[in-house]
Amino acid sequence: MLKLQGIAVSPGVTIGEALVLDAEGFRIPRRFVERSAVDTELARLAAAVAEATREIERNRDAIRSELGDQYAAIFEAHLAMLHDERLQQELTSAVRDRNWWPEYAVSRTLRRYAKAFQNLDNHIAQRAHDIYDVEKSLLRALLGQRRETLASISQPVVVLAHNLTPSETANLDRRLVKGFATELGGPGSHTAIVAEGLEIPAVVGIGPFLADVSGGEPVILDGNQGVVILQPDEETIARYRQELEAAKSVAARLGALRDLPAETTDGVRVQITGNIEFPDEAEHCLARGCDGIGLYRTEFLYLTSKREPTEEDHFAAYRAVVEAMAGRPVVIRTLDLGADKMLTETRPEEERNPCLGLRSIRLSLRQLPIFRTQLRAILRASALGDVRVMFPLVSTIVELRQARMVLADVMEDLAEHGIAFNPKMPVGMMVETPAAVMMLDVFIKEVDFVSIGTNDLIQYTLAVDRGNKEVAELYNACDPAVLRLLSRSLDVAREAGVPANVCGQMSGSVMFTQLLLGLGLRQLSVPASAIPEVKQVCRSVSVADCRVIAEKALAMDGAREVKAYLRDQMRRLLAQTVA
Amino acid sequence: MSREAVSQETLSREVVVANSQGLHARPADMLAREARKWQSRIELVADAQRADGKSILEVLTLAAEAGTRLVVEATGPDARQALEAIGSLFERRFNEQNDQES
Repeated sequence: MLKLQGIAVSPGVTIGEALVLDAEGFRIPRRFVERSAVDTELARLAAAVAEATREIERNRDAIRSELGDQYAAIFEAHLAMLHDERLQQELTSAVRDRNWWPEYAVSRTLRRYAKAFQNLDNHIAQRAHDIYDVEKSLLRALLGQRRETLASISQPVVVLAHNLTPSETANLDRRLVKGFATELGGPGSHTAIVAEGLEIPAVVGIGPFLADVSGGEPVILDGNQGVVILQPDEETIARYRQELEAAKSVAARLGALRDLPAETTDGVRVQITGNIEFPDEAEHCLARGCDGIGLYRTEFLYLTSKREPTEEDHFAAYRAVVEAMAGRPVVIRTLDLGADKMLTETRPEEERNPCLGLRSIRLSLRQLPIFRTQLRAILRASALGDVRVMFPLVSTIVELRQARMVLADVMEDLAEHGIAFNPKMPVGMMVETPAAVMMLDVFIKEVDFVSIGTNDLIQYTLAVDRGNKEVAELYNACDPAVLRLLSRSLDVAREAGVPANVCGQMSGSVMFTQLLLGLGLRQLSVPASAIPEVKQVCRSVSVADCRVIAEKALAMDGAREVKAYLRDQMRRLLAQTVA
Repeated sequence: MSREAVSQETLSREVVVANSQGLHARPADMLAREARKWQSRIELVADAQRADGKSILEVLTLAAEAGTRLVVEATGPDARQALEAIGSLFERRFNEQNDQES
């Protein structure tokens, strides 16, 4: 049994068979050879070694004539590795004595060698690549065209990979992929957000561990704790099975909340809306009794397709959500990507600091045709229901005015062509930078609503990259600086009579629900999976008590103190409600 | 009897990885090739780790960087010559080019 700690990015627990994607995204199942077939399989292995040898020799010769002997030497070394006597003995013995499938024997054996490098610093760790290269050549020769990809899975699996891109994640077959874990990645990464949207339990940022698995073995993935357990013992499996059962009964109890309003014990109605990424998540939110969609991220349109999304692509997606919501509000956020993720040909120079660079509304205002296409589709959808538009990462009043001008211009255009839209469509902005908070009294006069995006607000306030392990600790929603900015924003919005909500991970965590209600928040936008719990908390507390909690938290000096206090308050509440 | 005793004698010699890239694939290949020319068993020892000098994969997994001290052990009838040949590879920095200033 091997317990690995990573970063929990999408909740849920799953027990299943591991499917390991190699560096090129191919999988090597753990398979066994019948005793009678051992000789045939050994012959196949020998043929693969010969084939791989030819491939490496071809590369060597090509490089030699192009660059010379010095460079070709690396291929000589690969050949030497391939023909290493020890390796050959080990492979033969794995097939003959352990009856391993040759593919599995190759992957397992070479990865054991590569593992020697994984804990070393980067400079030497690169050398594992030579071993992986040899592994790849052999596997290519063995598998030929029969290489299996994620697309060809036919039974439930837990995917273990070095890294999954957001689009790979978005394309996972939700019926069969029961969870995934990756060596790379951080909280708040797009992959993490997509996993949460798909409701697939996920753990990322585990660090190197793939050398320890080959696929086919049982694995437990705990997306609540960020834990992955390889080859769990019976006792651990039993404990997790129990937990799964318990979670089911809690889910059933929370399910009963669906049709009940999120109303505090002193009669204050709270709006709980969903955060979604994909149109079909709207159903997940409805099934849990949401009051609408508070944050519809539209990036998936750009990430799952190889071409620029058309107006019709946008419109079809928005219409699906608006229709599913049947009159409930749907807040659509315009593109919130960085320049590095866009598909355009005109990619700007590589940015030294993308988080402080050309992204979100800045990018939209720079790429007007793309922005106008999206706004047209949003406006057309506004004719079908309660659609509201929201601009991300606004940091100056000029940006807000420019964005509104483009919107007005697109409206005019639609009107001229007699295309239906809601001319009074509410326009909001996200409050994600300290600048937006400090100037909110100015902004608030020119918007119909605001939404506080805590993920970015925390990052920009505390100057911490949450994907950077070295400083991730400093990324803390409990930091008093963050609480003060939140408090100030909510006060300004209340005084101006402008609705405010909080989206971002903070609103989805029940630890913060009492604090947020106490600060005056009446709208929370949370992932579908968090709706029942947050609603449960809202129905169990009084706003009067929450105010006391918020006042106390605001008076504290440090994040640690705040965190301990909020934890304690949450435990007390749970003790009351669960008992 | 005495012949047997001589052939089982283990000789050793300390070497330093002096080429700037350390024992990466190419020098590891050269080393294993050289080691295989001799009858003696050849082993490399770094701290607690021991590697078969005739296996490029084992040599590689020592992950020896520039500056690493290794002990080369040779056991067998031609141990002395083998040590000499291998020691000279280290001294020549495995003929790495562009490595003079390091």
